Amino acid sequence: MDDGRISRHGSGARLWLAGGWLLLALLAAIFAPLVAPQDPLAQDLMFERLPPFWMSGAEPGFWLGTDSLGRDLLSRLIFGARIAFIVAFAAALAACLVGSTLGLVAGYFGGWADRIISRIVDVWMAFPPVLFAILLVAVLGTGLSSVIIAIAVIDWTRFCRVIRAETMGQARMDYVENARIAGYGRIGIMLREVLPNVVPSIVALLSLEMGIAVIVEAILSFVNLSISTDDPTWGGIIAEGRLSIHQAWWVLVFPLVTLILTVLSFSQFGEGLKARFDPVLR
Amino acid sequence: MNASCLNIANLSAVLPNGARVLRSVSLSVQPGEVRALVGESGAGKTMIGKAVLGVLPPSVRIVEGDMLLEGEDLGRLQPKARRTLIGARTALIPQDPLTALNPSRRIGPQMTDRLVRILGWSGQGADARIRQLLDEVQIRDPDRVLKCYPHELSGGMRQRVLIAAAFAAEPRLIVADEPTTALDVTVQKQILRLIAQLQREHGTAILFVTHDLGVVAKISQKVSVLYAGKVVEEAETAALFAAPQHPYTRALMAATPRYTDPFASLKPVDDAVLAGLAAEIAAADQAWRRPHG
Repeated sequence: MDDGRISRHGSGARLWLAGGWLLLALLAAIFAPLVAPQDPLAQDLMFERLPPFWMSGAEPGFWLGTDSLGRDLLSRLIFGARIAFIVAFAAALAACLVGSTLGLVAGYFGGWADRIISRIVDVWMAFPPVLFAILLVAVLGTGLSSVIIAIAVIDWTRFCRVIRAETMGQARMDYVENARIAGYGRIGIMLREVLPNVVPSIVALLSLEMGIAVIVEAILSFVNLSISTDDPTWGGIIAEGRLSIHQAWWVLVFPLVTLILTVLSFSQFGEGLKARFDPVLR
Repeated sequence: MNASCLNIANLSAVLPNGARVLRSVSLSVQPGEVRALVGESGAGKTMIGKAVLGVLPPSVRIVEGDMLLEGEDLGRLQPKARRTLIGARTALIPQDPLTALNPSRRIGPQMTDRLVRILGWSGQGADARIRQLLDEVQIRDPDRVLKCYPHELSGGMRQRVLIAAAFAAEPRLIVADEPTTALDVTVQKQILRLIAQLQREHGTAILFVTHDLGVVAKISQKVSVLYAGKVVEEAETAALFAAPQHPYTRALMAATPRYTDPFASLKPVDDAVLAGLAAEIAAADQAWRRPHG
């Protein structure tokens, strides 16, 4: 039965591969000062645009090469992971908290609560998200907390929509009616009976949203609206790499690959977790 | 004066478009008695059960009539008091055992939770009680079942669990809403026998909703035949089967398969009967509309 379960959903390999990459990136981010081979801010014009280690002209200690100011790319990616993960966790959690709560209320109580919340979501989603984020950061000012707030403010609707729909489906089930007959209160039923059944979806969305938060943060860094320009961020490195694409392709390619792997891992990890922890799918 | 376990008098309910889904329904269930509600799909059988349990869909509105649960007028109680009363004195054996159990909670906590949190039992008392009931529904390995999630049990097992849960708090009235419809035929028989047995032993009154006259004959003492939300015939079960009075009841019986003659073709309810019913319903609606404008 165990084998069938894994092969049916392919959750085993997916979960481990994605989780492995995320764990590696997370550990690198946490222990950045210990694992980074160089100071990410140290400029050295003698070492500018060094290629990655397998190409001729590479210097030992600069594994992925250097950028046009001679800063070590690998070290900058590792320190950039710190910002990426902080934003991913904080923004996704905040969006999840707001969106899931409103979605649960709208889906379970229906009626006026649902109409009001759903209309707000509709209006919200009419804004183009990236422009909205740029606008918000412009208003709030740059900095880590502004980026987190901006992402949460934009993306809570994703949780709200999905959790509302899931909750509506669950609320129609006979077990909810049974609980009402037994005499449970409405809020009790919502929290004790319905919520556990939407948790797998919340977890999957949370992971997906972390990936999205990483992208949005990169976009904001790319347009120079994220945190201060001194600290390396993936989006910032990509922006710099774009300028020297013909002389040093690696400065653009490595952060892009890192970004894609991380975002993909977040979404796959979420799906894998859902498949593993949903008692019905399981 | 009122010894009935459940007494429904002149209950009418309408949809938002004004159509009546229940047409002045009256019926009573005496303590310890099984009353079958029989009729075709859409006749309002389930609606009556939901009305009694206070879980009508929001679109259905009760416009007239009284429901007395052990002499207490459900319509006059405050919502909260009504919920408490219904919760303590009634239970439901649902139609679909798949969706009637919470898929993400284990059977054990799911069953004891109600006794502990709503009715204030001790955890140990509730656990012992649940085990006793599981034994009564012939579940032989309660330790395993209590640890299972619903999807790990077969349909028949789930329905046993739900029957045990329904009887656990010793309700006075159980609404059984087509409890065997979703099960396959061999399991149906066992489940029916179990319900009948527990009903006798616990002396619980049951409002048994079904479309199956065979089931009616086996389990009930009294029957109400329902068509389009109207009770067209009401009788002791034995009397009904011996001498059905209403043409619709006779037609229903003719449309029921018999094991003694499995290849006989079934007769659909014929047009003359349906026309008669339509006229009866129209007359009833006329008479009802006049005093109600």
